[in-house]
Amino acid sequence: MEDYDEEMEITEKKYLRGEAADLKVHNDKKLKGQLAIREKLYSISAKASAKTEKYLGPTEGGCLEPEGFEKLYRISQSSILTEVPILSARNQYDIVLPDFGPYSLDFTASGRYMTVAGRKGHLAIVDMKDMSVIKEFQVRETVRDVVFLHNELFFAAAQKKYPYIYNRDGTELHCLKEHGAVLKLQFLRNHFLLASINIFGQLHYQDVTTGVMVGNFRTGHGRSDVMRVNPFNGVVAVGHSRGTLSMWKPTSSAPLVKMLCHQGAITALAFHSNGHLMATSGMERKIKIWDLRKFDVLHTISGHAKTMDFSQKGHLAAATGSFVQVLRDFSGSQSDSKYMTHSIAKGYQAQKVAFRPYEDVLAIGHSMGWSSILIPGSGEPNFDTWVANPYETSKQRREKEIHSLLDKLPPETIMLDPTKIGSVKPTRKKGKPSKQEREAEIEAAIEEAKSITIKKKTKGRSKPSRIAKKKQEAIKNAKRPFIEQEEHEDKLSKTKRKRVTEDTELPKSLQRFARNKKATE
Amino acid sequence: MKVKVIARSTDEFTRERSQDLQRVFRNFDPALRPQEKAVEYVRALNAVKLEKIFARPFIGAMDGHIDAVSCMAKNPNHLKGIFSGSMDGDIRLWDLANRRTVHQFPGHQGAVKGLTVSTDGRVLVSCGSDCTVRLWNVPTATTIEESNGSSNNSAEVSGSNILMTIGGIQLYAFSFIFFTFNVKRMFTDFAAVVFCLLTSFFTNSFRAVDHQWDGNLFATAGAQVDIWDHNRSQPINSFEWGTDTVISVRFNPGEPNIFATSASDRSITIYDLRLSSPVRKVIMRTKTNSIAWNPMEPMNFTAANEDCNCYSYDARKLSEARCVHQDHVSAVMDIDYSPTGREFVTGSYDRTVRIFPYNGGHSREIYHTKRMQRVFSVKFSCDASYVISGSDDTNLRLWKAKASEQLGVECNFCSSKLLPRERKKHEYNEAVKNRFKHLPEIKRIDRHKHLPKPIYKARALRRLMTDAQRRKEDRIRAHSAPGSMRKEQFRKKRIIQEVE
Repeated sequence: MEDYDEEMEITEKKYLRGEAADLKVHNDKKLKGQLAIREKLYSISAKASAKTEKYLGPTEGGCLEPEGFEKLYRISQSSILTEVPILSARNQYDIVLPDFGPYSLDFTASGRYMTVAGRKGHLAIVDMKDMSVIKEFQVRETVRDVVFLHNELFFAAAQKKYPYIYNRDGTELHCLKEHGAVLKLQFLRNHFLLASINIFGQLHYQDVTTGVMVGNFRTGHGRSDVMRVNPFNGVVAVGHSRGTLSMWKPTSSAPLVKMLCHQGAITALAFHSNGHLMATSGMERKIKIWDLRKFDVLHTISGHAKTMDFSQKGHLAAATGSFVQVLRDFSGSQSDSKYMTHSIAKGYQAQKVAFRPYEDVLAIGHSMGWSSILIPGSGEPNFDTWVANPYETSKQRREKEIHSLLDKLPPETIMLDPTKIGSVKPTRKKGKPSKQEREAEIEAAIEEAKSITIKKKTKGRSKPSRIAKKKQEAIKNAKRPFIEQEEHEDKLSKTKRKRVTEDTELPKSLQRFARNKKATE
Repeated sequence: MKVKVIARSTDEFTRERSQDLQRVFRNFDPALRPQEKAVEYVRALNAVKLEKIFARPFIGAMDGHIDAVSCMAKNPNHLKGIFSGSMDGDIRLWDLANRRTVHQFPGHQGAVKGLTVSTDGRVLVSCGSDCTVRLWNVPTATTIEESNGSSNNSAEVSGSNILMTIGGIQLYAFSFIFFTFNVKRMFTDFAAVVFCLLTSFFTNSFRAVDHQWDGNLFATAGAQVDIWDHNRSQPINSFEWGTDTVISVRFNPGEPNIFATSASDRSITIYDLRLSSPVRKVIMRTKTNSIAWNPMEPMNFTAANEDCNCYSYDARKLSEARCVHQDHVSAVMDIDYSPTGREFVTGSYDRTVRIFPYNGGHSREIYHTKRMQRVFSVKFSCDASYVISGSDDTNLRLWKAKASEQLGVECNFCSSKLLPRERKKHEYNEAVKNRFKHLPEIKRIDRHKHLPKPIYKARALRRLMTDAQRRKEDRIRAHSAPGSMRKEQFRKKRIIQEVE
């Protein structure tokens, strides 16, 4: 019973989406009452959602549990295959295409469709439900990366000179010349932005609905093919060859964050979907798990990774050469985190790993085609029809496209903390005016004093010399309050400084005497 | 080793036949919806823009009167019927659905100043400046429909009145109206005879009348407040406090024996029929034109004042207003609460109709048209979805209470005008709008209202004047001894005194 309560509490916390409002801060009784009602509603809804999740989900999640002295990471794919139903066993296969590799791949948000791109120009879209190839064609030039746009109808491929956008039938729709020779592509689903990094280290953001180039920035760290979108906030992270990592948004030309992650070049990058975890791997054979709230290392795991990916349930797949390992649960010690390992046939070089959404499947694109293996417990078992539906009909897809276009986010909503949107900025207390502001104020006052026209008076009283004198006086009067205030502030700051020097700026050796003196007093 | 892997069979997640509905599965996990707050904000922004686009509050005008509409009464028993009285003595019963006159009640010699209907909806009481109070038999809904079917224009009525005079009372024994059609129809129309039950002549002209919510009594206001019974030709009780004319009277919806009046001596008075004298009154700086009780919180009422504001009072504590509703730029002439008690409608001399929340300082909506002149009476319909205004330009106007609400025929299954999915969408939009209503962009769009130029200018002028006044007061305060001039609350400022 206690276990049950604890479990429900944890799930409820997820649905509460953060801390409750602090009612003690407010003096306004009316507001307090309204907030209290709101909080109550939130807690009721969180409870209901937690129960829904526990009891009403149509599918059960996967799991892999050891028995006796078994080690999880020793369990092989072949032994799993004997235990699972045929329906799932179909998801374990190798496609051998030795001529066009290495292969890069991408899934749609629902995990129903996969697009693959062989480096030597082989592009294909595969329906994963019945394993049928929807379209397959050769572009006869280097293809470095491929990415789906908002649904399976369109995908973009980074080819030798430019990236191109194709539709499902393989028709070339656009050639995006402005991007140049792109190494890596990413698509921001909520914003309808296609982000690319080219061989000169330039980062481009293009709105695929209007065609507007939203941002075009020089990263300034040279060529890099390590780029990844943080799905939590839409920030694009780029790993550089000197071990630094920079995070970008389309509305500022300077990076949001620059951090030194590794001693060697960064080779791979992945983000957890909750936005708190980031995994990086460097040339110095280290994989680091970062807490993005503190920008601090949680774990350092020795090992190399050419490519990494987080699953929906937070499993991290890292592949190098022909070796793939899956890590999980980064809260405990390091040895616990190793979940599964897999070796593809010797000599195959892994190019890209990607978890298939809503399935316990990891797809590995490598130099000899692609493979699919089973990672139990990695996928979210229950999908939401209105978010990503693997069984979507074409009518639903059309409907969805329109709704997602209506909800398209402007590029300004990309920021490190997206929960800030919709909250009100607290009014900043007005600090001291800066020197420039003060000067401008004085100048304005002087101008005003100058512009006063002096009336002509009786003879002799409005001689030019007198008028000039009067004007001088007026200017002096206008200046006076400012000067007085300045003097007053100076005096204050001087006394303050004096006090500070008395208190703290004693030589180190004398400080304990000062303290002693106080104590004796 | 124990292994379990996600396995979905297609049959469970797709429909069997093409006639079936698509199956919908939900997972409310926030992790599946990245940046949900930003998305909700965008949805709220879209919703508030759509609301502005669809804001078409004016439904239609009902013309027929030949003089200004002075008063209206809604029939509590019949949703689409409304009575209106005009300055030339004409009383009409309107069918709101067809926007046509259904019946006329001829008889008043001067302006009709007050109209009210008994709670059962059978008796209409009218009073006017011809010093008469008249009781009318209200034609029932079925006869209205019958006559409606037979007469395509109610202006074609001719009547003959046979008067019987007994003492000071004229009894209209048969004052029937028959329609100039064929004989067959004439017989059916006998049911639609308008029958004036009782006419009482009096010495003073009347200004207002209101019927008890529960009971047989009604009160008229004029030189004094008189309480009448349906069956008597003389008032059964009279109240007087001061010498000035009483302008409006309104019975409390909760306690049938309590009513409030406002008089031209700037007072609002509370009466109790069980006591021989008035209970208490509050004297304000300006006259109150009309009063409306909140039907859901019957201890509270709102007074429409000459100084452009409305004041909500708690009847138990008249020393300060609970809330001051300000936005009108000229005297507020009439006020009526929505049956939900959450908002009320006001009509003003500045030619606009506004809708206020019951506890908000500013209006949520302003209605105006080029042709609408000074508004003398307003009413909320009994289903809280329409507003009716009667103005100086002899027209009644029908407005939607929610400017962007969708009109239409009710659905048989869900007792709503919308399909369930539509309704859900509207509810969702309302919720996100409510959630982000404090954000500047959404607030700006939501608050933006087009104002006619004279009102815009008048408002600017008023603001200038109030600002100047406040500045002056501040200066006087700054130059007087500290504590000698206390800052007065706005809620108390316009109240002179409360008299028990």
